[in-house]
Amino acid sequence: MSDRARGWGLVAPALLWTTAFFVVPFAVMAAMSLARLDGRELIWGVHWDNYAQLAQPHIARAVVVSLEITLTVTVISVLLAYPLAAIIAFRVPERWQRLALLLALLPFWTSYVVRSYSWLLVLSRQGIVNQALLGLGIVQEPVTLANTRLATVTGFVHFFTMLLTLTIYASLRQLPPNYARAAADLGASRLRTFVHVILPLTLPGIVTGAFLTFVLCIGDYVTPQILGGNNELTLPQVIMVQLGRRADFPLASALALVLMGLVALAYLLSSRWLRIDRV
Amino acid sequence: MTASVTIERVVHRYGPQTVLHGVSLEIGAGEYVVLLGPSGCGKTTLLSILGGFASPAEGRVLIGGRDVTRLPPARRPTTTVFQDYALFPHMTLRDNVAFGLRMAGMGRAERHARADRQLALVGLEHAGAKRPHEVSGGQRQRVALARALAVEPDVLLLDEPLGALDLKLRRAMQDELKAIQRRVGTTFVHVTHDQEEAMAIADRIVVMRAGRIEDEGTPDRIYRRPRTLFAAGFMGEMNRVPARAAGGAVQTPLGTLPVAPPGEGEAVLCLRPEALGRGGPCDLGEARLDGAAFLGTHWRVHLVPERAPDLRLVAQLPPHAAPGERLRLSVDPAEVTVFPAAAEAA
Amino acid sequence: MRALSWLYLALLYAFILLPVGALVLFSFQDGRLPVPPFQGFSLRWYADVLGDRRLMAALGHSVAVAAGSSLVACALGFLAAYGLARHALPGSALIRAVLIAPIAVSTLIVGLGLLLLVNRLGLPLSLWTAGIGHVVINLPLCFAILYAAMGDQQRSAERAARDLGASEAQVIGLVTLPMLAAPLAAAFFLSATLSWDEFIIAFLLTRFEVTLPVEIWSLLRSGLSPRLNAAGSLVFLVSVAVVVLLEILVLARRRR
Repeated sequence: MSDRARGWGLVAPALLWTTAFFVVPFAVMAAMSLARLDGRELIWGVHWDNYAQLAQPHIARAVVVSLEITLTVTVISVLLAYPLAAIIAFRVPERWQRLALLLALLPFWTSYVVRSYSWLLVLSRQGIVNQALLGLGIVQEPVTLANTRLATVTGFVHFFTMLLTLTIYASLRQLPPNYARAAADLGASRLRTFVHVILPLTLPGIVTGAFLTFVLCIGDYVTPQILGGNNELTLPQVIMVQLGRRADFPLASALALVLMGLVALAYLLSSRWLRIDRV
Repeated sequence: MTASVTIERVVHRYGPQTVLHGVSLEIGAGEYVVLLGPSGCGKTTLLSILGGFASPAEGRVLIGGRDVTRLPPARRPTTTVFQDYALFPHMTLRDNVAFGLRMAGMGRAERHARADRQLALVGLEHAGAKRPHEVSGGQRQRVALARALAVEPDVLLLDEPLGALDLKLRRAMQDELKAIQRRVGTTFVHVTHDQEEAMAIADRIVVMRAGRIEDEGTPDRIYRRPRTLFAAGFMGEMNRVPARAAGGAVQTPLGTLPVAPPGEGEAVLCLRPEALGRGGPCDLGEARLDGAAFLGTHWRVHLVPERAPDLRLVAQLPPHAAPGERLRLSVDPAEVTVFPAAAEAA
Repeated sequence: MRALSWLYLALLYAFILLPVGALVLFSFQDGRLPVPPFQGFSLRWYADVLGDRRLMAALGHSVAVAAGSSLVACALGFLAAYGLARHALPGSALIRAVLIAPIAVSTLIVGLGLLLLVNRLGLPLSLWTAGIGHVVINLPLCFAILYAAMGDQQRSAERAARDLGASEAQVIGLVTLPMLAAPLAAAFFLSATLSWDEFIIAFLLTRFEVTLPVEIWSLLRSGLSPRLNAAGSLVFLVSVAVVVLLEILVLARRRR
């Protein structure tokens, strides 16, 4: 057997699996997005009706809500995670760093479902926050926290702060310490060292983490469904509604492709700094 | 457990680039040959072709008279000591050394006994149960050697085996390598870019450049009578003096020397630093001292000859007396080599 | 400045650990509501969960799907990584891109695509279809981890083994696989954790037999309950146990 034939033989199973269960389904979905539902009957062909539905207020609104939530979450998470990663990388003694990181990432390793539910314990009307506020006499009546956008954003920020702490910590640790020393030696203040040396060098780590945040956040159904409720729907929630009682697969497919389009757009905007291969 | 090696007009290409241009070389059974040259000269490629890790586009390789050109590494009577040692990190040193014997189907007890003997040969008889990461770099190097020798190859190939060691250890290992080779009698082919290492261990040095053999011979011969200007420069420090052929002698700014010129016209005269100023029969005039450093075995001095004030010469002077401000230069014509000037451009 | 750092650290840890802390704490609640005040320590909700046939069945399904899909993902990922790292194949950059691609796509879309395919083929939804989906999302991860681990040291050791007379099968069995033991374990446990926690693919692709996150999802409709806390804590603690195990594995390897 030739060297090349053996190579193909080794790669083939994985390639076939990915083709059969990822590429082909994707093609079916693309074709489905152009099909039309007539009553309960599916009509294949090239129809743009499903995409035209984007103009409908409740769907357009979902796209906007998804983008608003995702961007808010990404920005807040980066701002919270960067100092945390920096403190772990530079202040915590070397031998405790892995433990500190492990602890900061513990809830990362659990299901979206369980994590979102645990936020309900904190945010619901009888939850920890309301009990604390009532106990301290700050409010007289329980405040509505769950089933709001605030709750969705909180749940997301919680998860992505952990994710970003990991990616930013990794890029901070890769910095040779002599860069900061050299800058200080040349007379830069701590702030200027940070702005001119550390920040630019860790930017790829930040952007990679932010991109991951964007992808995972905009595609998540569980967190907004459990924490945000049905007051305002995100794009994944609208997609799931189509799959439910209405069984409108063509529209769901079209909206899924729109979702992918948004991710692709984010990829293009951030590709200059992305280091996907290092994730 | 030793064999001769014949390399016949071997050509090798990486894509469009030819890295070996028809190299031919005879290596005798039991000889210690060092392939010496700068990086990119093709020496490592030649070693890979001997080991079976690369196959040449043209030409043949014979080991012990048998054509092995198309045989895979496992079926050749060669083994290799790799530059990074390539020890198996998940096995003990004993299992590493016994690996080749295990592949040959030898039983556990016997191969372990043999492995222990090999480890003893390299002075590691008590470390058999350790793993590679638990021993030092120098010890890993010895294990790699023991592993390659355990299968009793006819030819042992060493790819920059001492390259990862610090200078002091490298010099100590050179002597040891040579002693081990004497004891086992196997043909050793060793690749390096360190000329001092080559001179310390080789029976014969093969100097390579850009895919061709520039010179081959005993260390002594190559150092003192190099066949090309490149070999001369690569083997050690060298003063180059412009010269031209004049009848049966060469004319230089320092005087005319009774040396046979390589041909007509421009030439380059090469003088080793230690050949200058030792009271040879040929006078080269006075020189002014332009700096001196004491290096223990000798003084290394920079000189400006009076007859050619644009030239700077390096010379080695005896260690017992500090050099004076001025000294008389002389040379023994037997220590001088002359090359056509055209060779310098090449 | 220093004090401020520690304060920030403490606040962020509180934020990060508060919800799961509440989850675990109130799973021991001796009362009907998993919210303050803590009325006393009780294991009755765990007994309740462990005695619930549906939840225990779902737990068994989750273990089976996680183990099975991770095993397949590791095997396929290993073969592909070995093939690409050791053989010069035309278009290898494209192959790598295709193998990695599912990681950049939302799991919702992976699940939806598979659901459409399964529907078109007229196949029934089952744990098998969910397992197939989990392999799709875990294969890129296993492939990337193993491909990155097959570095120069590995290649060089394989070359040495061949030089000493090993056959291709012996090279893989005696050198490649043992040297990759740690990354293989890491890939397996990482994908097992992700499969164990995964919801949306399992939700879309199962019907009668479901995994634990899907079962918990259906219990959410009844609102806050210490019973849900106990079930959630079990899911969480299993993941944490696996991650801590992985960490110890990595540390042990570092130390060598």
